[in-house]
Amino acid sequence: MAEEMKPGLFEKGGKLYWLHSSIDAFDTFLRVPGTVTAKGAHVRDGIDLKRVMIMVVIALVPAALFGMYNVGLQTSTLYGLNWTFWHMFFYGLLRMLPLFVVSYAVGLAIEFGSAQIRGEEVNEGYLVTGFLIPLIVPVDVPLWMLALAVAFSVIFVKEVFGGTGMNIWNPALVARAFLFFSYPSSMSGSSVWVSKTWAGLGDVDAISAATPLAIAHDAGIEGLTSQYSFMDMFYGFIPGSTGETSVIAILLGAILLVWTGVASWKIMVSSVAGGLLIGWLGQLGGATQLPCYYQLVMGGFLFGSVFMATDPVTAAQTETGKWIYGFLVGALAVIVRLWNPGYMEGMMLAILLMNTMAPLIDHCVVSVHTSRRAKKALTV
Amino acid sequence: MSNNLDLKKGLNVPVKGVAAPVVIKTVTPDVVAVKPTDYFGLVPRLLVKEGDSVQAGSPVMADKMHPEILFTSPVSGTVQEIVRGAKRKLLAVLVKADVKQVYVDFGKEAPKDAAAVKALLLKTGLWGTLVQRPYGVMAGLDVTPKAIFISTFSTAPLAADTDYVLGDALADFQAGVNALAKVAPVHVSIHKGESAFVKVKDATLHVVSGPHPAGNVGVQISHISPIQKGDTVWTMNPLHVAALGHVVNTGKLELTRKVAVTGPAAEKLGYVVALPGTPVKQLTSVGEGVRVVGGDVLSGENLGADGYLGMFQSQLTLLKEGYEREWFGWAKPFRPKVHSSSWCYFSWLTPKKEYDMNTNLHGGPRAFVETKCFEDVTPMDIFPIYLIKACLAGDIEKMEKFGIYEVLPEDLALCDYVDPSKNEIQAYIQKGIDLMIKEMA
Repeated sequence: MAEEMKPGLFEKGGKLYWLHSSIDAFDTFLRVPGTVTAKGAHVRDGIDLKRVMIMVVIALVPAALFGMYNVGLQTSTLYGLNWTFWHMFFYGLLRMLPLFVVSYAVGLAIEFGSAQIRGEEVNEGYLVTGFLIPLIVPVDVPLWMLALAVAFSVIFVKEVFGGTGMNIWNPALVARAFLFFSYPSSMSGSSVWVSKTWAGLGDVDAISAATPLAIAHDAGIEGLTSQYSFMDMFYGFIPGSTGETSVIAILLGAILLVWTGVASWKIMVSSVAGGLLIGWLGQLGGATQLPCYYQLVMGGFLFGSVFMATDPVTAAQTETGKWIYGFLVGALAVIVRLWNPGYMEGMMLAILLMNTMAPLIDHCVVSVHTSRRAKKALTV
Repeated sequence: MSNNLDLKKGLNVPVKGVAAPVVIKTVTPDVVAVKPTDYFGLVPRLLVKEGDSVQAGSPVMADKMHPEILFTSPVSGTVQEIVRGAKRKLLAVLVKADVKQVYVDFGKEAPKDAAAVKALLLKTGLWGTLVQRPYGVMAGLDVTPKAIFISTFSTAPLAADTDYVLGDALADFQAGVNALAKVAPVHVSIHKGESAFVKVKDATLHVVSGPHPAGNVGVQISHISPIQKGDTVWTMNPLHVAALGHVVNTGKLELTRKVAVTGPAAEKLGYVVALPGTPVKQLTSVGEGVRVVGGDVLSGENLGADGYLGMFQSQLTLLKEGYEREWFGWAKPFRPKVHSSSWCYFSWLTPKKEYDMNTNLHGGPRAFVETKCFEDVTPMDIFPIYLIKACLAGDIEKMEKFGIYEVLPEDLALCDYVDPSKNEIQAYIQKGIDLMIKEMA
């Protein structure tokens, strides 16, 4: 027992005390800490951040599992391989596994290191970030690139601000943005979204592997519907980032997040509303022939609305602010899609921009509220 | 006249061990402690020395700044010990009780005006039980408050049932209200449904319903008449209102009250008739590894097994210390023994279940992540997270803007409970209040 070993190797005064952050992390991973309340409320709710974070990971599981299957499906379809269901799934699983390993290994190493330096407990935030990153990058992304992106985002977006809870931008999205701007050839275009590295086949006709977003952008609605039906996109049998393709899998996750209250339904709903409104206006104004609801099933819109925009740390904090923030995320994403010729997926940058703006939105909401309170006081 | 106030936000923390409305024993204390630490902001000056004999109602200490404010002994007896802590801080005056109680006679005449009421409060030692908001300090001598608020019920976990505790002292309560009404308009809030206090006169009644903290007087004030900069209001615990009324009616200071002995680690649940200052050990037996909380589990004081019941307390909650470490706590799908208001666990399946709670923190401290959980348990027109952060930053202007005048730590006690990041919200708010007092003085 820990109590009998005092002062143990890892306890204050022990030889390996400097490692205590990491040891604590493993120890509290296995067992609830024996800390009792010292001040304030004498009893506490069973909830802690580990539980909150694991809920998000569980919510991501349907999207991840479907994504793995879809990786195999896309490869099989592109090369005419006629794989079985399990063949497709295991191919995807094996393709995704290195991404998860690299993402967690690099990210957690940095998290543990910085917790050591600060002498604090290790934060749980990376449990989610590390799971998200493999789901939003192309499956064939070189692992060294992924490692670099993870390191950049964890160090410069999270740890320099003080760790989970202090960051301004969603670290997973910044990792993606880092890859996108540093290695555009591996991150965009129509040849990166279907796995081929292990299929043992060379590069074939790239256009046939383009994402629906790209097809719609280049060839309009006829071009799109000749390749993918709306229901294909709804179910998720399309090329794209691993986690983002299936609306059904994402909705399953959304239900869990809303049910447990971990993510704000207000942000999800308003983001969808913002996307639909701009999509509809764009169709009216002739910017696109696509009906507005197509915007929801293509690309990373829904995945972003459900899993990324709702990150409680980087989203708006006030309830009114959440409506505004979510709406602007959805609206901006579709604006980028419709009116930006170079880059058709707007969700990533829309969320990052609104992450930046969230404190401003909150500031306005709170200011309006306090001045209303002050006025009420004068009239009472 | 009555007003209705239906509050929706909040949370009733389902702790096991409610006290049935039965008196299980009447304690005649050997020793009674008068504790200056019961009164926030009091710098005491001793008026007695060891060996002095006192009557029930004789002063034993006074406020150093305002020597008119007296604090009296609830029993007659001999001063047995002056207990001091670090830097000779006065912690308690222990009075060994006589077998036969002798009371100071304060006269039976009902006070005619505000000055007479104030004088009576001062000499009986009940002035200190007037709590002034903002900040929850002892009432100021030269202050004329906007109003005096009394909440006749508590929604705190396992709190003593005031209807039962004061059910036979309603005449005293009314006399107390009558006296206070001479100082300032009195607002009395009663709970929805049958309340013993529904017939209280000479006060504005407010019928309040909702989960905890609906019974907190601070929450009620923020809906009835929010405290702004420059306002002061007073609040008084119904027990002390009745004690004041008793002095008016009989001329004697009688602080004996029914104290609810509650909590999952209490051996015998029920009410104990006792005086404030009675040793905990005489009130209840305390097992090994049990924490004795004076008051409720959310904002009560850790008295310790050798402590004494506080002046403002009419409840003891006994809890096991939660040193035990649960394997895979956070990762288990079901934890039937642990309550969580969050839907990340399955407590919502058993809304009526009461939990054998202990003092385990159930996690480690982290930075703020979730914020809606605070708003969900704070039925006030404020942004809790902004107020908390302003307090942490020590930003006076922002604390003012975000409502520091309206809150005491107890009003945000549920934030302590629900926070997944295990922050000490009440301590942060208290820090902000301390700073406000220091800077605004």
